[in-house]
Amino acid sequence: MATSSERSPPPFPDSEDQDVLDTEEVRGRDSDEDEDLFGSPSTSPVTGMDTTLTSDVSMKPPSDIMNDPLIEPMSSQTENKPTSEPSDDFFDLTNNVSVVAAAATKSDDFVDILGSETGAQRGEVVKADVTVEATIDKSEVIAGITDPLSQQEAKQTSTAPVIDLSGDSQPVTSKIADPLLDLFSDGPPAAEAKKPSSANVDLFDDEEGSDIFAEPLQTKPAKQKSLFGEPDEDVFGEPLGAISKKPVPKEQKEKSVTTKVTAGGPLQDSKPADIFSQAAASTPSVTSTVNSKSNGVHSEEEGDIFAAEATVELSLDSPRNERKKEATAKPSAPAPTSLPAAASLAKPQPPALEELEEEEEEEEEDKFDIFVSVKDPEKIGDGMNAYMAYKVSTQTTLPMFRNKTFTVRRRFSDFLGLYEKLSEKHGPNGFIVPPPPEKSLLGMTKVKVGKEDSSSTDFVERRRGALERYLQRVVNHPSLLQDPDVREFLEREELPRAVSTQALSGAGFLKMINKATDAVSKMTIKMNESDVWFEEKLQEVESADQQFRKLHALVESLVVHRKELSLNTASFAKSAAMLGSAEDNTALSRALSQLAEVEDKMEQLHQEQAANDTFTFAEMIADYIRLLGAVRGSFDHRMKAWQRWQDAQSMLQKKRETEAKLLWANKPDKLQLAKEEIAEWEAKVTQYERDFERVSATVRKEVIRFEREKTKNCKRQIIKYLECLLQSQQQLIKYWEAFLPEAKAIA
Amino acid sequence: MMEEVKEAASVLSVHDDSIRVTEVLKDGDTLTFIIVSQKLSGTGEYHVDRTYEDFEWLQQHLFSQEDVPGIQGVIFPPLPAKPQVNASSRSIKQLGFLALGECQPYCKALEAFLQQVATHTILSKNKAVEVFLTSSDPPGRQKVKKNIFNRLSQAVEEMRKEGHKDVDEFFQNERDHNLVLTGCTKTAAEKFLDVVATEQKIAVACGHFSTALHLCVEPGEDPDKQAFSRVCVKLSEVFESIKKNMTSVAENNVNTLGLGLDLESRYQEAEREMLFRRTCKLVELENARRNAEKAKPVKKAAMEEVKKAAETEFEQISGVAKQEIERFQGARVEMLQQALVSWCEKQLLTAKESADQFNQHLEVFRGMA
Repeated sequence: MATSSERSPPPFPDSEDQDVLDTEEVRGRDSDEDEDLFGSPSTSPVTGMDTTLTSDVSMKPPSDIMNDPLIEPMSSQTENKPTSEPSDDFFDLTNNVSVVAAAATKSDDFVDILGSETGAQRGEVVKADVTVEATIDKSEVIAGITDPLSQQEAKQTSTAPVIDLSGDSQPVTSKIADPLLDLFSDGPPAAEAKKPSSANVDLFDDEEGSDIFAEPLQTKPAKQKSLFGEPDEDVFGEPLGAISKKPVPKEQKEKSVTTKVTAGGPLQDSKPADIFSQAAASTPSVTSTVNSKSNGVHSEEEGDIFAAEATVELSLDSPRNERKKEATAKPSAPAPTSLPAAASLAKPQPPALEELEEEEEEEEEDKFDIFVSVKDPEKIGDGMNAYMAYKVSTQTTLPMFRNKTFTVRRRFSDFLGLYEKLSEKHGPNGFIVPPPPEKSLLGMTKVKVGKEDSSSTDFVERRRGALERYLQRVVNHPSLLQDPDVREFLEREELPRAVSTQALSGAGFLKMINKATDAVSKMTIKMNESDVWFEEKLQEVESADQQFRKLHALVESLVVHRKELSLNTASFAKSAAMLGSAEDNTALSRALSQLAEVEDKMEQLHQEQAANDTFTFAEMIADYIRLLGAVRGSFDHRMKAWQRWQDAQSMLQKKRETEAKLLWANKPDKLQLAKEEIAEWEAKVTQYERDFERVSATVRKEVIRFEREKTKNCKRQIIKYLECLLQSQQQLIKYWEAFLPEAKAIA
Repeated sequence: MMEEVKEAASVLSVHDDSIRVTEVLKDGDTLTFIIVSQKLSGTGEYHVDRTYEDFEWLQQHLFSQEDVPGIQGVIFPPLPAKPQVNASSRSIKQLGFLALGECQPYCKALEAFLQQVATHTILSKNKAVEVFLTSSDPPGRQKVKKNIFNRLSQAVEEMRKEGHKDVDEFFQNERDHNLVLTGCTKTAAEKFLDVVATEQKIAVACGHFSTALHLCVEPGEDPDKQAFSRVCVKLSEVFESIKKNMTSVAENNVNTLGLGLDLESRYQEAEREMLFRRTCKLVELENARRNAEKAKPVKKAAMEEVKKAAETEFEQISGVAKQEIERFQGARVEMLQQALVSWCEKQLLTAKESADQFNQHLEVFRGMA
């Protein structure tokens, strides 16, 4: 009941407090109720449901249940109600909702099955089921969900029934949770993680099956139908965190389900103290493992991102978040279940998920079906206020995007802005955020001044290529692709103007200072590295940086020579033409002018070759120099995390000392405070330690991914380069072959 | 010595097309060239060693055969400029193509010079040529006396004669044409030299890159690292072959068209010198005519005689010059054609070889992926 009241904070302000404070109690009650509920319905329907899906059985009862009790609250509870009333309803409902309970009981079956079967196998089966069902009910769910959402936000009256429904659905989830919890405690952690997730998926199938109830219900009067929309939404949205998010993407269509899903997790990460204290306390390890595994989309550290993404979500739309919070808050134990649910929800998008799952299984295959190109640089404006705008075209089959292809115009500072956002969000977690090309005052000034010489076009082209590769790296990163800012950047017609360029260069200055301080702290922080791997990697990165810089200089000089060659060839062609025209001997004259033509063509070839060198090698190496900087940045973040942990540890030490002193001095009043502080710092230490470990793991994974990508990318580039080289050589052969008879014809 | 040369108008005792400058020995600041030629009689070979000074001596002798009628009308085969062991940039510029590489182009140029001298109908009669080619003792290495034919770099006033109107339309045309061609050939040769120089730079840069790539190879068991190392090594090989390709392209350029253009340009200079000498004679003749007309009766006879001598000399020169020009035109077209054809063939070969190699590399990389 506390949970139900939390749904609508304004009418029941105290109850929320209650919830926060007495979560333990509430949960206990909840679970008790669940037990009760569980006891009665489970026996009867389970037998019927063992083999068949809920479809038949569930079809009927829910419609009854939902009609009966829901209409009642709808009419009666429009006004302010005492907290007791919903709770009553709640009980009624829960009793009635045998189907739901049955669904829950199904989990028992599953638990059994899980015991015997292997996790992976089932995972696949489940997936298939889910996709079918989810797609079926998708549309209906949307239909039913969209209006309740608006209703909820608009009216408070509607909240009342909703509360009830949420209340009644809650037991479902808690019930689900119970077997799961058992499972958790029984099996080994790894297996646990797998099993519950798939089990949950199935459970949700069932419930989605109950979604399909929409069909029978739709035959009923319109009023009921609308009514149904609410319960439907609530059943899914409210208790199951992730499901509540499902309608949201549908409604907004901008956020992918997957990010939503991840956002579900974070809440528990970010607000473990108040909302999830219980869940965290009872099954902290379990939840985390479930997080990682069940998401499928994400790798193990994804939990971290959740925190970041969650905050984003919060800032983006507070109303929904409130709801989400409530949703996640109510079922304390269901927290783990919400994630699997999310995973199952994500399944309606088979390509994405498959890809993503592959990514999880073997990182080799992190090629997403997305291709971003940056084209048509265009100067906008005049003078020093001019800027270059680029066309950013995306081609994708990922369902997280609204269209298969779309194009937006972005200016350079937008690219920088995206990077700033990404690095702020993901950098501290140890991710290697691909850096965009640097601002170039000189290059841009040239462009601005409008000199149409080769160096400025070269500059623009180089930058265009760099931006394109930058974006491709971003979208090819499994985690960064999920970032709402990335999607916004790719999709949204008008971006809010990124921080002004001026400010950015100011930021650059600040960054420089930061870097300087970092360097100082790096020197002062003597990290006694426990992990040899990191030590070695850091050294490797440093030396690779050196080598890449050297290579870059060499390639640049090669390019300079190539350009020189093309210039010289051009002038030789000109003088050959002149010689030809001065020549008396007609055959020789002809041959010489032919020669001039051949040389002209060769000049073209040399030019292309220079461009080829530039874009394949020079730019690639420049990219890697930048990327290595990012890699080092991730190492720094890891070190910072370590530092924080160490600081917290020493702080804790100090607090303990003061406690000892106080104890000795026998000051009980202050002692209490000191104890509290110690507890607080102990929590912090464990938190920071976990943070550090997480960041370390992320960095490690990212570096490995980076290296693998590097090799792959190099190979790809070299093949492209060789193809060009071969082609130009063949072209050359053609030229010579054409010229040979001309030379022989001289007599 | 002059006298000896005069009397002995024998034909050379060697095959003129068998003359080769095979080797160059470096001894301190002096370069010694080994010249090999096949004996006409039998199978033997002459091996002589000559320094650049010996070549100068030979040329000097050829220039100063005052007894040969119309000698000034001969287009003397141009001797390349003196090679520098520790070349400054200026002398390199002067030498052009011949300064490139390990003296091979220079040897080639000397060889060409000797062959042209040997095949020249007038010049090959000179005893000095025979001595130069066959005598095992080095010919007189005495200080060469300055000759008026020495170089164009004579008095500035002489230069004015360049623009003197010719009496003969043929020569006037030839002079005009020669002036244009000399300029054009020279620029073409220079530009081509630039191209070659850049190609060599590219080859060097590729070499550096290839070496630097080797440094990227990291030891270690890690398969990822090994994969990257393999890529680096392979890429290094690719750049090695790009370097080879560039080197041979540059070499081809030098050895065929480069030398051809260089020779052409020097020959044009030689022709110009010859034409200039003739023009000088013409001016001299005209002056003599004027003097004869204006001369007082006392001196009239003497003047007439001078005029007559000048006239005959001019006639002779013009006659020889006409022949020489015709011969030269034919020879240079043939020479240029040869240069172009062999250039083209060599480049074609190189391009095909490189294409093959690149293809192989490409296959390897595709196989790696």
